[in-house]
Amino acid sequence: MTVKYTKDHEWVRLDGDVVTVGITNYAQEQLGDVVFVEVPETGTHFDAGAEAAVVESVKAASEVYAPLSGEIVDGNQAVVDEPALVNSDPEGGGWFFKMKPDDPSQMDDLLDDAAYRALLADLG
Amino acid sequence: MADDTKNLKTTPLDEMHREYGAKMVPFAGYSMPVQYKAGVLQEHLHTRASAGLFDVSHMGQARLHGAKAAEALETLVPGDIAGLDAGNMRYTLFTNEHGGILDDLMVTQCGDSLYLVVNAACKEADFAHFSARLPDLWLEVIEDHALLALQGPKAADVLARYVPAARHMVFLTGATYRINDVPCFITRSGYTGEDGFEISLPAAEAEAFARLLLAETEVMPIGLGARDSLRLEAGLCLYGHDIDESTTPVEAALNWTIGKRRREEGGFPGADVVLGQIKDGTARKRVGLIPEGRAPARAGTEIQDLGGGAAGTVTSGGFGPTVDGPIAMGYVRADLAEPGTRVNLMVRGKALAARVVKPPFVKQNYVKD
Repeated sequence: MTVKYTKDHEWVRLDGDVVTVGITNYAQEQLGDVVFVEVPETGTHFDAGAEAAVVESVKAASEVYAPLSGEIVDGNQAVVDEPALVNSDPEGGGWFFKMKPDDPSQMDDLLDDAAYRALLADLG
Repeated sequence: MADDTKNLKTTPLDEMHREYGAKMVPFAGYSMPVQYKAGVLQEHLHTRASAGLFDVSHMGQARLHGAKAAEALETLVPGDIAGLDAGNMRYTLFTNEHGGILDDLMVTQCGDSLYLVVNAACKEADFAHFSARLPDLWLEVIEDHALLALQGPKAADVLARYVPAARHMVFLTGATYRINDVPCFITRSGYTGEDGFEISLPAAEAEAFARLLLAETEVMPIGLGARDSLRLEAGLCLYGHDIDESTTPVEAALNWTIGKRRREEGGFPGADVVLGQIKDGTARKRVGLIPEGRAPARAGTEIQDLGGGAAGTVTSGGFGPTVDGPIAMGYVRADLAEPGTRVNLMVRGKALAARVVKPPFVKQNYVKD
């Protein structure tokens, strides 16, 4: 099991041939109270960097991008029903979607734990 | 970004905000708290349930002096200012020659002067407008006072511990009271849809008094995030979003701010346009919008009629914590302005069904005696 990160503050966990995608604790802190989530439909294909999900706080709307190219195999109905889960458990039960990457080696292009921590340190 | 934040002004409560865990953001040239540790949702709900303390020291405060101040101010605004009895206050608008809105403001008749509170982002332009249009009047810009807003159903209980008379103030009145022997100008007013007070006090005294209020069990510090969601639920306009130079008071559904005498006499900038619109109507009107489902529609969202035709634009939109759902305000074609009319909001390329309503979205809890 490998966990990687994107510059857009998403985490990407590879289990077998499926990745689970969510937003990091830093991202949920920046967003504030999440009040609305839209997740992609199973079977949809996204290219890496495409807008795949929506997360909105009281203050603002943001997108969750597909970290890799691939096909959606599951969207998390739990965060649609209870958006606050993104705040309370961002890197666990608050995941957004699972996708099957076209090329799992794209994981290598993402940030590892140390690189993501360095990015956060730069943000102060 | 770094350069922007470096030149920001701070309010007298800056240090206290940081101590309370505020997230500070640039707003109208000031570094302001957008939220504290509790977050926008809790801050909003707390204000409606108990009492919230807002630092609104960035807003412009001024006094217009002179025996003829009210009559003079009426040449700049459509509100009935001359008809205000001493101690009473009123919401009004600066208009331009086309009837567009330059700013919205609160005016209190203090007997020997008018006390004005204007928007932070507009204050320099407003004060320049005064000097140009009313050169014979003394406009005293108050720069050495902070402005605190204490809002919510427990606000009167809390403030009465320091100013016993506060409990008996009537909504939309103001007077000078002493807090710890310091003269403070207090109005029973606010911009949240709740009962509450705005307290203008010397900058040097502001932090100590704010800390006393925050030490009261009912009171929580509230940032600009919740200030925005509270005023939106209350159906109140945000200058620069819901009203600006391109909107008139009639389009903005603010006819109630134009008194009977002013409708008869005119005499404010753009009166011909505004009075003509009161008589003949306007092509568009500000309305409330309730989207179906849970997705918020933000400012800038296109509004379409059910046939896909252009119908208007959302000017404020988000999630109403008390409503527990999405709410918005915007301008629609006059033929769609009737409450109950169905429209579509174009959110991320998809049509989101919504219905037109008459704001406010929550019951206003003003104290009326």
